[in-house]
Amino acid sequence: MKKIAIALAAGLGLAVAADAQAQGNYPQRPITMVVPFAAGGPTDVIARIVGEHMSHTLGQQIVVENVAGAGGTTGITRASQAQPDGYTIMMGHMGTHGAAPALYPNLKYDPAKDFAPVGLAAGTPILIVARKDFPANDLKGFVEYMKTNGDKVNMAHAGVGSVSHMTGIFFNSVIKAKPTMVSYSGTGPALNDLMGNTVDFMTDQIVNVAPQIQGGNIKAFAIATPVRSPVLPNVPTTKEAGLDGYEVSAWNAVFAPKGTSPEIVKKLNDALVKALADENTKKRLLDLGGVIPSDAERSPEALQKLVETEVARWTPVLKAAGTKAQ
Amino acid sequence: MNELISNLSLGFGVAASMQNLGLAFMGCLVGTLIGVLPGVGPIATIAMLLPITFGLDPVGALIMLAGIYYGAQYGGSTTAILVNIPGEATSVVTTLDGHQMARQGRAGVALGIAAIGSFFAGTVATVIIAALGAPLTKLALIFGPAEYFSLMVMGLVFAVVLARGSILKAVSMIFLGVLLSTVGTDLETGQERMTFGLQFLTDGIDFAVLAMGVFGVAEILRNLENTETRDVVRQAIGRLLPNRDDFRQAGPSVVRGTFIGAILGILPGNGAVLGPFASYTIEKKIAKDPSRFGRGAIEGVAGPESANNAGAQTSFIPLLTLGIPPNAVMALMVGAMTIHGIVPGPQVMTRNPDLFWGMIASMWIGNLMLLIINLPMVGMWVRLLKVPYHLMFPAILMFCCIGIYSINSLPTDVMFIGVFGLLGYLLIKFGFEPAPLLLGFVLGKLLEENLRRALILSRGSLETFIDRPVSAGLLLVAIVLLALALLPSIRKGRDEVFTE
Repeated sequence: MKKIAIALAAGLGLAVAADAQAQGNYPQRPITMVVPFAAGGPTDVIARIVGEHMSHTLGQQIVVENVAGAGGTTGITRASQAQPDGYTIMMGHMGTHGAAPALYPNLKYDPAKDFAPVGLAAGTPILIVARKDFPANDLKGFVEYMKTNGDKVNMAHAGVGSVSHMTGIFFNSVIKAKPTMVSYSGTGPALNDLMGNTVDFMTDQIVNVAPQIQGGNIKAFAIATPVRSPVLPNVPTTKEAGLDGYEVSAWNAVFAPKGTSPEIVKKLNDALVKALADENTKKRLLDLGGVIPSDAERSPEALQKLVETEVARWTPVLKAAGTKAQ
Repeated sequence: MNELISNLSLGFGVAASMQNLGLAFMGCLVGTLIGVLPGVGPIATIAMLLPITFGLDPVGALIMLAGIYYGAQYGGSTTAILVNIPGEATSVVTTLDGHQMARQGRAGVALGIAAIGSFFAGTVATVIIAALGAPLTKLALIFGPAEYFSLMVMGLVFAVVLARGSILKAVSMIFLGVLLSTVGTDLETGQERMTFGLQFLTDGIDFAVLAMGVFGVAEILRNLENTETRDVVRQAIGRLLPNRDDFRQAGPSVVRGTFIGAILGILPGNGAVLGPFASYTIEKKIAKDPSRFGRGAIEGVAGPESANNAGAQTSFIPLLTLGIPPNAVMALMVGAMTIHGIVPGPQVMTRNPDLFWGMIASMWIGNLMLLIINLPMVGMWVRLLKVPYHLMFPAILMFCCIGIYSINSLPTDVMFIGVFGLLGYLLIKFGFEPAPLLLGFVLGKLLEENLRRALILSRGSLETFIDRPVSAGLLLVAIVLLALALLPSIRKGRDEVFTE
């Protein structure tokens, strides 16, 4: 009983102390992090893992709010118009802050101009995978096969504007092939048909496909990163497999609305950097197959640069493929 | 067999620990309570409660989330019976006879048989998952786009049978539903269709918004203009639990519903949706006196509710054995697993046997708890009907608004339940049924997606639907069903029976 009383008193004391510290100081109330995708997807999982640790540093809960729709642009549009007081931030990604301007001509925000970038969180590498009895066994053989039989091959993707769609179009433009694109509503159904031998291949994030590769239900040709992933040590990189110019990860990054004060951005960035340095958080991200950004990549300035280069990289690729979502 | 028993005992060892029992109970209780709020189905509930599992170990967290899932699923049926609002697609059919029973003062019986039927279905489904989960996975992989399209065609034929009024009106409602389902971004090309440039229509119309409007809000409007009907609900309460006669009547329906639901639940892409509809269709077809259906037939609640729960359970099979989520709820479970550091996949069974078998055992425990939680609560729910309607309807409306807003956080969704409410009210006034509309809407999306996918894969050849044996078989069943419904003599009988 005495122990409980002491614990209670200590808890109260702590709460009072935290309160006093928070006075006149950001953050004083919970922060909403808008995740522009459904709960449970890769971006959501990364947001929750990173957000949990950031909450500890900031002393206030980060509440994830999922606002899905239109390839993530619904949630980002909404969050970009929120009060720039640091209490609404968002997890943007390759699609919403890279490919969206090419996909959505009526986009209500400019990824490079309408945000206060906070920092890069984590990326998930893209893999090229095929049904397990596909005639080719490595990336070279696959590219060869595509050259002669490309029109017979079916490529699955998780819907217009999805990561697998964009990276798929990019892959096709690199190997100059034109497979038939088959659209699914989400990665799950697409993988189901890949395992059922209904479709031939797709490109998707490691967290979605790694278990099926390990389980022998599909085969992986290559991983589109400069180094192999510890989750799949046997899968060669695209470069090792003899393909240049196809290196892509689905990056996720924290943004605040334009006009958020630099002090608040700095606080958020510090909390994010601390989260990425935490061993437990790191391990959870690595277990998913995630890639943790290097120290140099973690600053707001680096993120701003990344957004600009990504928009410049995706726009011609997607425009050439004639893809738009609106 | 021995292996199965040792696996199950491992599972029960995990699931029956004090902590996990408590978590299962908490999950079921919270799920039931939140699921009862109109519009807050399992998806919204799990998404909202996901963060509270962060501090738990993965097995406990998943047991709790699974409990929330069954609880919310069951809670959705409670609103369907009490206030005629289906929480999600699978409880649409429950409104047909369940709410009629409530109006006749048999709400307790309806809730009781739903709880007991669900428990039976849950028990059987748990055994099916434990014994046949792995081999049944192959069934999910056989179902490609062509098979799926044919299954949906068969489902649409079911919708015709659902209607109480004229066939023509039912068919036109189905087509309206299919039409509404095509609003939004085209899956293949990304073009917007019928959105009138409005941003909130880009992703189409949400099922919950449509269902809450045409069922919930329309029902309130109708009740407000008609004082008699709501007095019926208020005055007569009747027995709280089913008696022997009810069991005799409902028993076979429960068994049939369980098996239909269990099979359809395994299919990817929301095959479980068809379970309750299929079960209702069958019950109505084989009933001695089909005219009772739609007027409070207990079989019309027992069958679909059992199918619903069996399907909810077996839809874990693709998730547990392959790591592939067959529907949105399971996708959320995948997310929950990954957050807890378990990447779901075919290896979960061997790599985390305690998790795999613990979850299976907890399914049965969860169902038992649902029964324990819900039977005593039946009385409480029924007493809720005694609340004067002028206090009740603002509360229902408010919960509808909160519920719908909590799903996507979109104010337009709230406005749209009003719009659809008016539409639903007009439809009722002109003698059109909302149930076929909703079925058309649910199936329409899957129908279109899979038709186009199948045709893209076959490079435009329609033969793919008859070349593939499973697809051909399903189409054949659909044609036979349709012929039966359209045969003049049968139709004549049907009209006599169903015209009110």
